[in-house]
Amino acid sequence: MKPKKVITIAWKGLVKNKLRSLLTMLGVIIGVAAVIIMIAISAGAEATIEEEIISLGSNLIFVQANFTRGGPGSEPSSGGLVYDDAFAIADEVNGVAGVVVEQSSSETVKAGSISIDGVSVLGSTEDLPSVRDIEIAQGRYFTQDEIDRKHKVIVLGASLAEELFGDNPPVGQTVTVGTTKFAVIGVFAEKGLVGDVDYDARIYMPITVVFQKFTPSQFARMIGDRVRLIYVEVAEDAEQNDVILQIELLLAKRHDVSLDEPDFSITTQQDIITTQEATTEAFRNLLAWVAAVSLIVGGIGIMNIMMVSVTERTREIGIRQSIGASPNDIRMQFLTEALLLSLVGGLIGIFVGVGGSWLFNITGGMRTVIVPSSILLAFGSSAAVGIFFGYYPANNAAQLDPIEALRHE
Amino acid sequence: MTSSQPIIQTTNITKVYGMGDAQVRALDGVDLEIGENEFVAIMGPSGSGKSTVMNILGCLDRPTSGQYFLAGEDVSQFDKTQLAIIRNERIGFVFQSFNLLARTTALENVLLPTLYNRGEEKEESEYQQKGIAVLESVGLGDRLHHQPHEMSGGQIQRVAIARALINDPVIILADEPTGNLDSKSGAEIMDVLTALHAQGSTIVMVTHEDEIAEYAQRVIRFRDGVIETDKMNGNKGN
Repeated sequence: MKPKKVITIAWKGLVKNKLRSLLTMLGVIIGVAAVIIMIAISAGAEATIEEEIISLGSNLIFVQANFTRGGPGSEPSSGGLVYDDAFAIADEVNGVAGVVVEQSSSETVKAGSISIDGVSVLGSTEDLPSVRDIEIAQGRYFTQDEIDRKHKVIVLGASLAEELFGDNPPVGQTVTVGTTKFAVIGVFAEKGLVGDVDYDARIYMPITVVFQKFTPSQFARMIGDRVRLIYVEVAEDAEQNDVILQIELLLAKRHDVSLDEPDFSITTQQDIITTQEATTEAFRNLLAWVAAVSLIVGGIGIMNIMMVSVTERTREIGIRQSIGASPNDIRMQFLTEALLLSLVGGLIGIFVGVGGSWLFNITGGMRTVIVPSSILLAFGSSAAVGIFFGYYPANNAAQLDPIEALRHE
Repeated sequence: MTSSQPIIQTTNITKVYGMGDAQVRALDGVDLEIGENEFVAIMGPSGSGKSTVMNILGCLDRPTSGQYFLAGEDVSQFDKTQLAIIRNERIGFVFQSFNLLARTTALENVLLPTLYNRGEEKEESEYQQKGIAVLESVGLGDRLHHQPHEMSGGQIQRVAIARALINDPVIILADEPTGNLDSKSGAEIMDVLTALHAQGSTIVMVTHEDEIAEYAQRVIRFRDGVIETDKMNGNKGN
């Protein structure tokens, strides 16, 4: 039979059972939509991570203290980095373009009549804007001199500046952080979310001031100005591994520990990228499996209904056989019905999947990036599912004996 | 016999169901010859083999042994696909239970066999015209787009006859064509068949009703898988 005739026959068969056809397609629709949405979600996650990595700044090394925590909220009881380590690294290690130390706190911030609780206060050092790729929009960033002299100056994140001062220029104004008054000397340009940190909603001040004013316990102050993390930017012409080795040797000497049991650890940006890539890959694989399973379930749905359909339509099959349908004609009819179900279901699924991904995006629930190849993949697999799960029932139909089939009630 | 070459010729056909001790010989050596433009009624009690012989004559089934020539062609060893082609091109079935497709119009039902036509393809409109012509010839020109549930039993059976005629078969096989109809509709159907016969069709009909068999020229009675009697109808013989 010509394909056009086969399709006509199969199509009529489906149209005569609209509700059943629709219900059967539902499995495939959900399966295909799931594939597209899942892939769009993982692609969205990857894109986010990629941007994050770009915005982290380039060639970064992270030196972290190996804490042994005594309990929630308590200070590190052993190990760790101190503020002076950062200067030692900057002074003594070759191939370092910049060093940044951060110490953060959460404080109530007041300006005029406006008061905001729980604002993230970041104490940092001179190289922060260059190492973290943040630009100054108004005013200026604080200098090493101001850091050394513990000047009460702050730079505001873009959105925080707007919250506190609206359209008025913030530079030159006074802001109360905790109980201390600070002079605003600058405002950062918008940076947005990096990871889960909103760079625009923070206050930046000399790290020395954070040590002095906002470090929680007296005890912590006595044992030295501890820091959690030191960012080191490697100079462009320097070898990263060489810089790492120098830092390790230097810190081991300063902390008087052996390199086998250091009280600090060093990770590179590449390490972080690798970890995150591994995570997203695991995530993507998981989603792909979930989607594949739902597609298979959809296919089993088709098989199920086709089996029922063949039984229910035994008389019809007998009639068709008696007027000249060969086993192959019958097989093709039911196979084509299954294929049409999965293809039409697949098409609808594509619309649902693309629409669903788009909805996720605009409702802000989750970032999604629609991957064109996922549409092809989903459509192709729904066709494969149709043929695979349609063959068995179709073959059963083809093998029916015309006399038996005609007698079937 | 009216023609030099019979439409149907069987030699020593047997049909055996089951194996070993449970064997049933439904047909036990049947020799049958039906010529062109004959109108034959096959009769017999249930279990006599009349249904089995109809299935074999209709190429729905194959004999266990023996030969069956349909219009000169030995079809007794044809495979399923070859038999399907023969049914499509050479045979028109009319069933007791009508066997139209539900939710399908009269015209679509009549055209159904053309979907399975092999070989040269005709234009869609040509098929349509022929379908309409055939339906008109059985008196259903005004029921082309009615579905079975909108028609009476007699009308449905006439659609079935039109479907049997669409591919110009060499023989029409009617299996109890009036069995599900009241006597008035039954008579109508027999009039249609008689008219077809008059126009040159060859018809073989299974029935258990004597008054229906009266319409035929020749009556063949089966008993226990063999032909018991084979007589011309006294008042109808030619």
